[in-house]
Amino acid sequence: MKVLLVDDEEELVTTLAERLSYRGVDALWTTTGRDAVALIRQEPFDVVVLDVKMPNLNGIQLKKELERIRPEMKYVFVTGHGSEEDFRIGSAEADHYLAKPLDIETLVATLMEVVRK
Amino acid sequence: MTEPASDQGPAGKKGRVGVPAPSNLPVESRRYSLNLRRMWQLTALLMIIVSVGPLTVMTAIDYRVTEKSAESEILLHASRVVSNTKLAVEFSLVERMAALDFIVEDNSLVELRDCARVSEILDNLQTSFSGFVDLGVIDASGRQFCYVGPYDLAGVNYRDQEWFEEVRQDATHISDVFPGFRHVPHMVIAVRHDLPEEGFYVLRTSVETSLLNKLLSNLEISGEGDAFVINREGILQTSSRRHGDVLEVLDLQVPEYSEATRVYETLTPGGVPLIVGTSYIPHTPFILMIVKQKAALMEPWSATRRLLIGLLVLSLSIIVLVVVGVTSYLVNKIHWADKQRVAALHQTEYTAKMVSLGRLGAGVAHEINNPLAIINEKAGLIKDLFRFSGRYADDAKLMGIVDSILASVDRCSTITRRLLNFARDTDTEPVSVDLGETITEVLGFMGKEAEYRSIDVNIIIDEDTPKISTNRGRLQQILLNVTNNAFAAVDNGGHIDIAVGRKVPDEVVIRVTDDGCGMSDEQLARLFEPFFTTKSGSGGVGLGLSITYSLVAELGGTVSVESAVGQGTTFMITLPVAGATKGDGER
Repeated sequence: MKVLLVDDEEELVTTLAERLSYRGVDALWTTTGRDAVALIRQEPFDVVVLDVKMPNLNGIQLKKELERIRPEMKYVFVTGHGSEEDFRIGSAEADHYLAKPLDIETLVATLMEVVRK
Repeated sequence: MTEPASDQGPAGKKGRVGVPAPSNLPVESRRYSLNLRRMWQLTALLMIIVSVGPLTVMTAIDYRVTEKSAESEILLHASRVVSNTKLAVEFSLVERMAALDFIVEDNSLVELRDCARVSEILDNLQTSFSGFVDLGVIDASGRQFCYVGPYDLAGVNYRDQEWFEEVRQDATHISDVFPGFRHVPHMVIAVRHDLPEEGFYVLRTSVETSLLNKLLSNLEISGEGDAFVINREGILQTSSRRHGDVLEVLDLQVPEYSEATRVYETLTPGGVPLIVGTSYIPHTPFILMIVKQKAALMEPWSATRRLLIGLLVLSLSIIVLVVVGVTSYLVNKIHWADKQRVAALHQTEYTAKMVSLGRLGAGVAHEINNPLAIINEKAGLIKDLFRFSGRYADDAKLMGIVDSILASVDRCSTITRRLLNFARDTDTEPVSVDLGETITEVLGFMGKEAEYRSIDVNIIIDEDTPKISTNRGRLQQILLNVTNNAFAAVDNGGHIDIAVGRKVPDEVVIRVTDDGCGMSDEQLARLFEPFFTTKSGSGGVGLGLSITYSLVAELGGTVSVESAVGQGTTFMITLPVAGATKGDGER
């Protein structure tokens, strides 16, 4: 499974990519929407994990941009706004929604489930 | 975030209250910019002045005009009576003088020297006229040569009498009343008759004063009036009821000579006001006087005056009562409206504060969540490295430290999630709310206080309690205010029970019961009034429960309170289910 992690917190996204790699997930990462678009143009991913709140291009806008390039890709939103209400809104926009701080096992299970769909 | 609006005081009996009563609001309050007492005083004073002033002035003018009119009527009436009486007295005297003139013209001196003839004439006079006492014929030397009458006056010489001199010169004479030889008050009427060749003789008669008395006594004089005759020296010529007997000196001033009838006001020596009418009777020494008591004459006017003053006092009383009543009502209305306005401002301020706090909480939670996530991932990576490299996989201490870090991160994330949930409820759209979850969430903010103060908080949710459709943020504020109030009421080690159940199919009731100090009836009666607080010294402004009342009403519910001093208080909040779904049962 090939996953792209997009989050403006570099410390978080690099650590997360490394932890996913220990669990057999091929994870690339980037901290900006522009780099994410460039990477998607180069190669397809099974799932894109997007932070909702990012500077310049937020997660929801970026998702729409990426969908135009590769409509078949799946998306999982993550955000610091982890309330139940945000969860409902995020779920409506993406295939799944997770609140920070993430539980790595939950993330892996979510990715597997999203890919299976 | 909120404050208890009203603490629970130490004295009073068990009571119950549901709705605040605006009419019981105090008149003055230091919280308002309006000086209501001064406004009340000025308004009442101005209204009284503009309504009472013109009425009083008009009444005073009417009083004076009516009084003057009454006085004029009295004076006019007195003038008429004096004029008529004067004519009657004058006519009576002139009539008798004319009778004497007729006698001297109709009889020769020879005939009048015959006393039998004179006696016959006197008889005829007494038959035709009243008052004639005697009749005498006097020669030019003053000797009465013929006299018929009840006294022995034949041969009396009147040569030295003033009246004789006067009649000798003026041909006629009417004397003052005098006692004369007989010492009986009477007057003399005499006429002179000149003889053809030379000399004269005088026909003289005495007339009783009863002639005048009879004339005057027949008068009907109002105002305890008195009619009498005086001479020009002020000697009473007839007896008076109030001013002395005949021939006594009158105690009033002799009026100045005037051909016309005069009416004027004067005072007795004792200061009693009198109305006096006077008239000089022509060809006589007499002055007719009619004296009336002014107070008696004005008695009908006094009755009218009493009625007028009574009506004025009644009118003024009614005006003052109405003005005071209406002013009090309007000022109370203004006071109440002002209170409502200030309360609404505070509520808006309170809501804005809640929104700001919510946004602040959300911002803090979000900013903390990102570093928490990094800590979480770094700790997780350490754990992964230990586990997947196998070097420290069996080191329980190191793995325990990492798990402890991860557990702490989890605790922090629970707190931030609660903050975020609480903060987001600033919208006004109703959502389906689980009462048990919401109560637990609200109490999450007060858990530490309960722990430090050893307060036992029990939450009991009935199994059939449905979810309700309501504004979650408003409900949280209500629960926060009420539970804050309960925490303020109980001592350390106290108990607070929060019970939720279905009251009727369409309503749920939340009961928050504490075993605190309770409230008195007076405190209960004013519990939901804006700005009512007994904790003003400790920062309370008395708006918490007032706002709670408004919020419950906004959600379509009701709030009521039962309290007993020393036993505790129960707040009962009833809310409509409005499209509820079945709840999850007891928690």
